[in-house]
Amino acid sequence: MRAFEYTSPTTRQQAVELLAGSWDQSAVLAGGTDLLSLMKDDVVAPKRVVNIKDIRELHGVRFGPRGMQIGALTSLGELADHPLVRQHYPAFGDAVVEAASQQIRNMATLGGNICQRPRCWYFRSGFGLTPKTPEGKSLVEEGDNRYHAILGNDGAALFVSPSSIVPAMIAYGARIRIAGPKGAREVALEKFFVIPRTESEREHDLRPNEIVTDVFLPPPAAGRYAHYEVRQKESFDWPLVLAAVALQMNGNTVRSAKVVMGYVAPVPWVSEEAAQALVGKTVTEQTAQAAGEAAVSQAKPLSRNRYKVQLARVAVKRAILQAAQGKAEGGAA
Amino acid sequence: MADDDEKTSSGVSRREFLKISGIAAAVPLVAPQMVEAAGEKVPVYGPGKAPMSFTINGKRYSAQLEPRVTLLDALRDQFDLTGSKRVCDRAECGACTVLLNNKPVYACTVLAIEAQHQPITTIESLSQGGKLHPIQAAFVQHDAQQCGFCTPGFVMACKSFLDQHPHATEEQIRYHLNGNLCRCGTYKGIREVIAQMSGTKGA
Repeated sequence: MRAFEYTSPTTRQQAVELLAGSWDQSAVLAGGTDLLSLMKDDVVAPKRVVNIKDIRELHGVRFGPRGMQIGALTSLGELADHPLVRQHYPAFGDAVVEAASQQIRNMATLGGNICQRPRCWYFRSGFGLTPKTPEGKSLVEEGDNRYHAILGNDGAALFVSPSSIVPAMIAYGARIRIAGPKGAREVALEKFFVIPRTESEREHDLRPNEIVTDVFLPPPAAGRYAHYEVRQKESFDWPLVLAAVALQMNGNTVRSAKVVMGYVAPVPWVSEEAAQALVGKTVTEQTAQAAGEAAVSQAKPLSRNRYKVQLARVAVKRAILQAAQGKAEGGAA
Repeated sequence: MADDDEKTSSGVSRREFLKISGIAAAVPLVAPQMVEAAGEKVPVYGPGKAPMSFTINGKRYSAQLEPRVTLLDALRDQFDLTGSKRVCDRAECGACTVLLNNKPVYACTVLAIEAQHQPITTIESLSQGGKLHPIQAAFVQHDAQQCGFCTPGFVMACKSFLDQHPHATEEQIRYHLNGNLCRCGTYKGIREVIAQMSGTKGA
């Protein structure tokens, strides 16, 4: 790890002013479970590290009429143990409990989980978000792309969005608050993720001198929610594919639906096709299957990840069936 | 393994001697720079060495460290607390598991500078007066190690989970040890330890 200077501000305004206007100058340290590995591997080498854990107001969970407000520095362990999380947002709670190991959950923060960098092995080896061969071809297309994108992969970015929690938060309609030099702004979590077109762009709508300060989950609507992960290992493993769904019901028929897939695209992938396949229908094995088909209808697998199309199809189907049954569980492949 | 002497960086150990005779002398100690942010002076440490102090196993330790030094490297290289092992150094294998504020964390992925002012508990604190902690004794009894490198991390992860969940079932303990890996594959013995400890409240 390269040497850096370290500071630990106590207010969000101090933090924002201590951060520089370019990514290579400074980095935000929250739980550190991603940043420290990136620095050890020399993928990032900030001159200054700004620890934001001493900003007290960014910790903790409040629950009221506006829903749940979660300070971005709340650890995944605190969320996993929080009774109101499991009670009001069970699919989100399941996603948190399933994330990583107890050692990581005790350090990792919700804001850090949202802002973590892609796990693409070309990115982690220093080739950037849109890795290229010396001849200008895509390293991902030419190389081993078994864990890469099957959707949203028309451009140069072929990594998959790394969070296993964000899709469930999007299904619940989460918004985040961001502090920057010009004050605070709020953005729908779904809109926070962008597909970079060139190496100079990032996968988030975040400036180098901004920090995510809060996450808002709206009051839980009377709906059905589920989170379903497909993994190679039962625990402490990255999902190969996951699906999070929210169903608003009108009696036995689906009034509206949100179907979000993880690990299929460079952003958490919200499938309008799958949602449309459900609206006005009762949830049965057949309609869930049709929604799964619709979710992958636009998929364009790469040379080594065709299997993910089937996993995504089935993950969406199972998440919908579990939501309809009122229970949400993950599963190993 | 408990050491009653207060250790400081002035008490020269083998590792510290190597440090001092090596690069340490070349890196000058600099007082924190005070940077104005939002109308207040905020200290900025490093990139050279800065004075740091820690509470480890109930004792005070101090050293001059660069901000980039991890808690694990500080424990092992500065304070001779080498029970916590450095294996993957990437928050995956669990061999470096220590308790920070009584919660298990990967010491390889916490900066030493941010671990100040919080109680740190390492494997060295478990045996008392030469008597093994019951979890350590169970690892011996069930032959739950081969090379032994993962064992301190497993013991710490197991102890902290049992401290917080004294009535944990065998399955719960097994699940919560998922952040610890054993390359020798001694999981059968470790499961036997868990089966025994789940009936005895751990401590």
